[in-house]
Amino acid sequence: MPELENDKIILELKNISFSYGDEKVLNDLTIDIHRGDYLGIIGPNGGGKSTLIKIMLGLLKPNGQVKLFDKDIADFKDWSKIGYVSQQVTHIDSSFPMSVEGVVSMGRYGKKGLFHFLDANDRAIVTRALKQVEMEEYADRLIGDLSGGQQQRVFIARALAGEPEMIILDEPTTGVDAKTQEQLYAFLRKLNHEMHLTLVLASHDLETIEREASELICINRSLVYCGMAKEFRAHESFASFYQNNDKFVHH
Amino acid sequence: MFEIFHYNFIVRGIEVGMIIGAIAPLIGIFLVLRKYALIADTLAHVSLAGVALGLLLQINPLITGIGVATVSSVAVERLRLSKRVYADSALSIFLSGSLALAIVLISIAKGFSVDLFNYLFGSIVTVRTIDLYFISTLGIGVILAVIAFYKELVYITFDEEAAQVAGIKTRRINTILIILSALTVSLAIPIVGTLLIAALVVIPVVAALQLRKGFLATIVYAEIISVLSVLVGIISSYYLNIPAGGAIVLLTVIIFLIVFVAKRK
Repeated sequence: MPELENDKIILELKNISFSYGDEKVLNDLTIDIHRGDYLGIIGPNGGGKSTLIKIMLGLLKPNGQVKLFDKDIADFKDWSKIGYVSQQVTHIDSSFPMSVEGVVSMGRYGKKGLFHFLDANDRAIVTRALKQVEMEEYADRLIGDLSGGQQQRVFIARALAGEPEMIILDEPTTGVDAKTQEQLYAFLRKLNHEMHLTLVLASHDLETIEREASELICINRSLVYCGMAKEFRAHESFASFYQNNDKFVHH
Repeated sequence: MFEIFHYNFIVRGIEVGMIIGAIAPLIGIFLVLRKYALIADTLAHVSLAGVALGLLLQINPLITGIGVATVSSVAVERLRLSKRVYADSALSIFLSGSLALAIVLISIAKGFSVDLFNYLFGSIVTVRTIDLYFISTLGIGVILAVIAFYKELVYITFDEEAAQVAGIKTRRINTILIILSALTVSLAIPIVGTLLIAALVVIPVVAALQLRKGFLATIVYAEIISVLSVLVGIISSYYLNIPAGGAIVLLTVIIFLIVFVAKRK
C-alpha cells in the first residue's frame, strides 16, 4: 500500500468490518487519513461508501478500531473538529421555517452548552462562513427557497462555522447542475489548498474524484485500491475492477 | 361589562388557559416539523387513562394524568425506536389501548359520580386553585426546559443526523421532547379536554407556518394565535354559553383558514 502524503494521522481506521444483519457490507478495511489530505472515496452504489462515512462520523459502530485525532472514537468528544455535508438536497423539507443564517448558526451549536445562545463572536463566525461561500446576501432567505446548489453552499458554510479541521462530504452534488458542481469543487479545492482543511469526499463519479482529490480509495465491500488519485487508472486493481464494473465507471 | 372577571372560576380558567396557550405551540412546533403531530393526540388519550385512574383511586386526576402520560411517553418512544412496529402503529396501539382502559376505569369509578364529558372536552369549572399552582409550576418548567434545550431541539428537528455528528445526544433530546409533550398535553386537559388538546398543539403552529417566516418568528406567530384563541375562546364561552374547549379550537381553525386562504399562491 503506497504511503499517503503528510505525516500526521487524524483519522485511523484499523481492520474495520460492518454488517447490516447477516449482510456484510464492509470487510477488513484499514485506512489512514492524514492532515491536509483530500481523500476521494469511490465505489459502486451499495459498495459501502455511505456506511464507511457513517463509521467515520461515529453514526455507526463497526468491528475494528476507529481513532479520531489520536483518540479512540468512543472517547472522542471534540466533534466540532469534524464538519459533515450530506446529500442534503435530497432530504431537506422545503417548507421548513429556517433562514439561511439559522442553518449556518447550527454549525456553532455543538460548541455551546445548555442555556447558552450565540454571542457576537459566534455571529461573526457565521457571517464569515456565509461570505466564504458567497451566500451572505441570502442570509435572511428561507433555506427551502434556494436552489439545490445554493443550499449545498449553505450546508458547507454550516460545516465551516464549526471551525473544523476536517470536512466529510457524502455525494454533495446530488441534484446539483453541472456548472454549480464545478463551482463547488473549485471552492473545496481552495479550502484544501489555501486553508489546509482535510477533506473526505465520497462520490460514485470516478472522473470527479480523479480530478479533484489527491488521494483515492476505491471500496467495493472491501478495499480495492488505496493510494494516489492520479495513479489509480494505471494500477492493476483498476483494470480488474473496471472489467467487472463497466457500468460504474461510465454512467 | 367586566362582570365576567368577578367569577373566580373564569379568572382561574383564563390564567390556566394562558399558560396552556403559551406552552402548546412551543412544543407543537417541534412535533409538527418532525411530522410527529399524532403523538399529541396519543398522549392525550393516555393521559385520560391516568385521569380515570385518579378518579378511581380518589387522587387528584391531574397528577395521575401527568404521571401516566409521562411514563407512557417514554414507552411509546422506546417502542418506536425498537422498529419492531411502525411508528404510527405504535401510536395507534397506545391511543386506542389507553382510551379503552380509560372507559373501563371510569365505568368502575362511576360510583364517584364522574363526569366523563368534562375530561373529554375540557371544563374550566373543574380547575381548582391547587390545579392552578400545579399547572403554573409545571408550565413554567416546560418553558424553561425548551429554552435550555432550544439549540438541541432545533438542530435535531432540522437535521437529526448532522446534530448527532455535532455531538448532540439525539436520543436524550428526543426523550426530553416527548416527556415535555406528555406534560403539556396532560396539563391542558382541564381547559380543552382530551379530544381537543392536539388541535391546540398543532393548529396554531400550522397556521404560523403558512406565513413562511424564520424559526423564532414562526414560534412568535404561533404563540399569538394560540394565546389569543384561548383568551377569546374562554370569554366568548361565558357570554355565548358554549364549551370553552370547543370555542378555543374553533377559533384556531378559523385563524388557520384565514391565513391559509390569504397566503394562497
